[in-house]
Amino acid sequence: CWCSLLRQSYDLLYALGSDFCKMIAKGKNASELFPAVVKNVASKNIEIKKLVYVYLMRYAEEQQDLALLSISTFQRALKDPNQLIRASALRVLSSIRVPIIVPIMMLAIKEASSDLSPYVRKNAAHAIQKLYSLDPEQKEMLIEVIEKLLRDRSTLVAGSVVMAFEEVCPDRIDLIHKNYRKLCNLLIDVEEWGQVVIIHMLTRYARTQFVSPWKVVEVVEEYSENNFYESDEEQKEKDQKVKDTYSMDPDHRLLLRNTKPLLQSRNAAVVMAVSQLYWHLAPKSEASVVSKSLVRLLRSNREVQYIVLQNIATMSIQRKDMFEPHLKSFYVRSTDPTMIKTLKLEILTNLANEANISTLLREFQTYVKSQDKQFAAATIQAIGRCATNITEVTDTCLNGLVCLLSNRDEIVVAESVVVIKKLLQTQPAHHGEIIKHMAKLLDNITVPVARASILWLIGEYCERVPKIAPDVLRKTAKSFTDEDDLVKLQILNLGAKLYLTNSKQTKLLTQYVLNLGKYDQSYDIRDRTRFIRQLIVPNEKSGALSKYAKKIFLAQKPAPLLESPFKGRDHFQLGTLSHTLNSQATGYLELSDWPEVAPDPSVRNVEIAESGVSKKLNTSSSSVTESASSEESSSDSKSELDSKSDSESGKSRSTTTSKVTTQVSVPAKTHELLHRMSGKGLAAHYHFSRQPGIFGDHMVSVQVTVTNTTDHKIENIHIKEKKLPPGMRMHEFSPIECLEPAGSITVSVGIDFCDSTQIASFQLCTKDDCFSVSIQPPVGELLLPVTMSEKDFKKEQGEKYFSSFNKCIWMRRGLCAFQFPSVSCVTAANLGVVPSGQDNIHRFAAKTVHSESLMLVTVELKGSSTAQLIINTEKTVIGSVLLRELKPVLSQG
Amino acid sequence: MIHSLFLINAAGDIFLEKHWKSVVSRSVCDYFFEAQERASEAENVLPVIPTPHHYLLSVYRHKIFFVAVIQSEVPPLFVIEFLHRVVDTFQDYFGVCSEVMIKDNVVVVYEVLEEMLDNGFPLATESNILKELIKPPTILRTVVNTITGSTNVGDQLPTGQLSVVPWRRTGVKYTNNEAYFDVIEEIDAIIDKSGSTITAEIQGVIDACVKLTGMPDLTLSFMNPRLLDDVSFHPCVRFKRWESERILSFIPPDGNFRLLSYHVSAQNLVAIPVYVKHNISFRDSSSLGRFEITVGPKQTMGKTVEGVIVTSQMPKGVLNMTLTPSQGTHVFDPVTKLLSWDVGKINPQKLPSLKGSMSLQAGTSKPDENPTINLQFKIQQLAISGLKVNRLDMYGEKYKPFKGIKYMTKAGKFQVRT
Repeated sequence: CWCSLLRQSYDLLYALGSDFCKMIAKGKNASELFPAVVKNVASKNIEIKKLVYVYLMRYAEEQQDLALLSISTFQRALKDPNQLIRASALRVLSSIRVPIIVPIMMLAIKEASSDLSPYVRKNAAHAIQKLYSLDPEQKEMLIEVIEKLLRDRSTLVAGSVVMAFEEVCPDRIDLIHKNYRKLCNLLIDVEEWGQVVIIHMLTRYARTQFVSPWKVVEVVEEYSENNFYESDEEQKEKDQKVKDTYSMDPDHRLLLRNTKPLLQSRNAAVVMAVSQLYWHLAPKSEASVVSKSLVRLLRSNREVQYIVLQNIATMSIQRKDMFEPHLKSFYVRSTDPTMIKTLKLEILTNLANEANISTLLREFQTYVKSQDKQFAAATIQAIGRCATNITEVTDTCLNGLVCLLSNRDEIVVAESVVVIKKLLQTQPAHHGEIIKHMAKLLDNITVPVARASILWLIGEYCERVPKIAPDVLRKTAKSFTDEDDLVKLQILNLGAKLYLTNSKQTKLLTQYVLNLGKYDQSYDIRDRTRFIRQLIVPNEKSGALSKYAKKIFLAQKPAPLLESPFKGRDHFQLGTLSHTLNSQATGYLELSDWPEVAPDPSVRNVEIAESGVSKKLNTSSSSVTESASSEESSSDSKSELDSKSDSESGKSRSTTTSKVTTQVSVPAKTHELLHRMSGKGLAAHYHFSRQPGIFGDHMVSVQVTVTNTTDHKIENIHIKEKKLPPGMRMHEFSPIECLEPAGSITVSVGIDFCDSTQIASFQLCTKDDCFSVSIQPPVGELLLPVTMSEKDFKKEQGEKYFSSFNKCIWMRRGLCAFQFPSVSCVTAANLGVVPSGQDNIHRFAAKTVHSESLMLVTVELKGSSTAQLIINTEKTVIGSVLLRELKPVLSQG
Repeated sequence: MIHSLFLINAAGDIFLEKHWKSVVSRSVCDYFFEAQERASEAENVLPVIPTPHHYLLSVYRHKIFFVAVIQSEVPPLFVIEFLHRVVDTFQDYFGVCSEVMIKDNVVVVYEVLEEMLDNGFPLATESNILKELIKPPTILRTVVNTITGSTNVGDQLPTGQLSVVPWRRTGVKYTNNEAYFDVIEEIDAIIDKSGSTITAEIQGVIDACVKLTGMPDLTLSFMNPRLLDDVSFHPCVRFKRWESERILSFIPPDGNFRLLSYHVSAQNLVAIPVYVKHNISFRDSSSLGRFEITVGPKQTMGKTVEGVIVTSQMPKGVLNMTLTPSQGTHVFDPVTKLLSWDVGKINPQKLPSLKGSMSLQAGTSKPDENPTINLQFKIQQLAISGLKVNRLDMYGEKYKPFKGIKYMTKAGKFQVRT
């Protein structure tokens, strides 16, 4: 029957899907299946669809003509009411690497970048990079889209668009200015991968925009330690006055402050990103906050350890103090892989100082005995470095190394010889005994490097061991032909030096060695032989140089510097691939030096603080209030930083704008904040002034009227001890210095309620007393009116119907209010009226103050006693509370 | 960012490849195989390998190399952390992450990888969201799917991705509401020859299994939060609340997750719960060596030490060992030279010991270093740092959940040098 037929065809499709998935996985070419697969792109079955997508992305480039067949399906899906489908259609469309469809992609990206769903906009940001790699000529157009998406306020979009920025136009630093503060403030809520990208980008940005905090270390130190957490404005100002020399740009400080909590992230990449930001941007005294978190990462997987240890190694060269308290965390365990062991050893060596060297050397002694010989050898090198860096222990180390010469393991002995050689060179004064000891070793040791080192030492200091040196030459001349090239060269060297200092005893021997060298297989050795012979053996042809032979051979040689292999890495930005590889990777963006003079900081001031979404909504607005409110919101995020000037301007503004708002909205209802009895004569009332964005975008502004009912002056009225639920913020009014008897004054406070009806508790204080008070907002005050046309409203509603919650109720009581639902609704909640074509349907639109999600209210009158109230929103909680509050308002009248 | 991913098994076969941008030929892995050959052991393969046109970043887990191919500068930890997240996701989906499992579920693997990255940039990495998009395979579901024709792919929008709590899926319903928290502490220590502690620190985690209906808002407070020296949180934890009140306040993800990991540093004295007495000696002349170890409890706060396993990597010169344990079983592998002794429970009245002799290769000199002893153990009902959960409260939902807290102390990297 028909049913089973359908079943079969489904099974077939599914089998086909899985099959080619497996083939792709295996790397086999499945492209001959292409026509059969593409047909299924319009399949209703989501799983089949997804499999087809996987296939398309993989093979479209090879089968371009056939891929084009599928395009129309995606174009249709781009208009789908479901945002998931729109997003995934955009994803696939932009992944099809066929140049012909570039214009279609461009159009789709542009459209998606102003989509209402932040998820679709996020995908648009991803698509930008794909299109750019397909056709770099679209760059200019894409930059426009990036610019637009950078203005987006959604945390979903931020990471992706910054990624696109880094890929397409990392040099357009000017696009960041206006968004800098927003990005800093959003950072903590962005998903972890986005955080990494944004932090790296902001690090580069900050290095071009702020002056170096490092030049005046002492000054900064005091300032930062006192005030890092406190927002004690006065103290800050005072400090800044005293120390004119350097004051950190508040934006610079903002970045440091907002990234610090991310050190607690579970994601190692985020922690590393913050660490490198502090390393490259923070005053020297603050950079050390990162060390604890980095050490924590050492508990992670070996790959994470490897990268983190590398970065610590670079840091520990410049800043021992940062990691010295954690010295023991770098102790090596026998179960660590070799690469981790050597990195830990490197760090331990960097951290060595007079105080800890004795413990370290004891630890090193255990490592030398390790079964991992490669690691043991590295330890000996490390001991050598400690010995040269810390003069107090040079002798101890040298003795220790000499003891190791009697070790049974050849690699250990060889390494010791090499290190001793270097050490002796740094202080050759009194080491005849050690050289004698090493000469004896020559009989047993076979490792070429070690033999060569011993021979060189004896040659160099042959005058200190006059009896032994010729004998050594005699022995090595015998074994010359069997030696390694490295050793042969040193035998020749030794011969030459002895010839010059002690020709009586060694003349013949040297000539014998030179003859052997003349016929050696290696041209290097033949070459050296010829050179030495000409230089030391005087004959008629020898030039002027041979007179200076002794000076040439036995010149004072500078001692080798024993230093960390990580020394040269600090010119790469920490945490980057280039740093790990110690060579510049493709696409590495250099960190610029601090500018001498800071570029104009005002470029970061934001003039119009509006998101892309509300913009779109406003296009069709015709109301007067709208223009007023957009002007109003121009007070930018800077207001959080310097409170004083802004709260004053806020006050002055509130008087001018209140007229405009009263035109639409309401005589505000007054609530009691503090009764005069409990306030010892100080009374306070508040009402919601419904002015958008005086104190930054997310704040609800509250007007507090303080009245003095006593018969004496009340001084210094201010807010203290805010007890806010997490996430909530409050913008205080500046203290009222004095309030005359019977006088009253109105001040504005901004509270970010985070779109919840939680209570904001704080203390209202006078000079002598403190009173605990609290403000709980009615849900209607958490909204800001939005003006839109009926058409837009319906479109939005359609949208929300799919993605979010809607509630409806029926009411059968009360009559009066039905006559004027718009008046009563607007009184109860801060809603914007949408002009309606039908008499019985009233529409209102608003957005929540904090998250700016739309709230659509529809009241439909059905007969004289019934009405339907529908609220469309993504914020269920607020939606249902609003529903509850509007219901009685409507039914009472 | 991430161009392609290759999965390579122990035998050096590429058994899965996935490309997010244009296709990179699998011959790029030759550079990886070269590096693999150079490194003696799998874990010594460098995680970052440069090749002429690409960079290979790899992680090694469950005997599988996950090799990511990238083309330009990117923070290496970004890629490494992501690869680990991929492995965790596979483990979460299939229970174990093995070659067989991945091959059997190749379609799901593909779908998951497709969702995790878009054009090489991570898209959905939260397991709650992924599971909404693509349902993990279970035997029951496979049967149901075949009968009803429904699919693994969720067809609704992953609402979590859009909400303010992206880690929690919406519409969670349980008949039994329960929340379990496991406080697990691991002691990392190095003990020297004489039995004194060289370094010791405690690494703790709180793993949670939360199965609660709706959108519960939990707070967890400690009796002694000051102990926690350095913490890292799941993104759900409200950082500001912790900063100000030292209380963990969060809306939990659904299911299993790691709420918190913390560190108790060496400054606070760490109690070492066990000691090892050892007498291991090689003699230069004879080809026999003596071996004797005894394990005993030290500071265990009256709790039993269980699950004790002693392992030790013997020097190459040891040919065989003849040992008799007073309890438990022991194995010596003459090829890898690994001695492993499964002790079990420690009875303080009768301490477990392992005695006997080692036969050494004749003619070779004695090894310079005595072997290091690695110890594993478990102590139930004890958090060695003394950390105690004070209370757990739930807001936002009406029902009464069942709550449980369990403590455990384990050995982390616990080494005794001899």
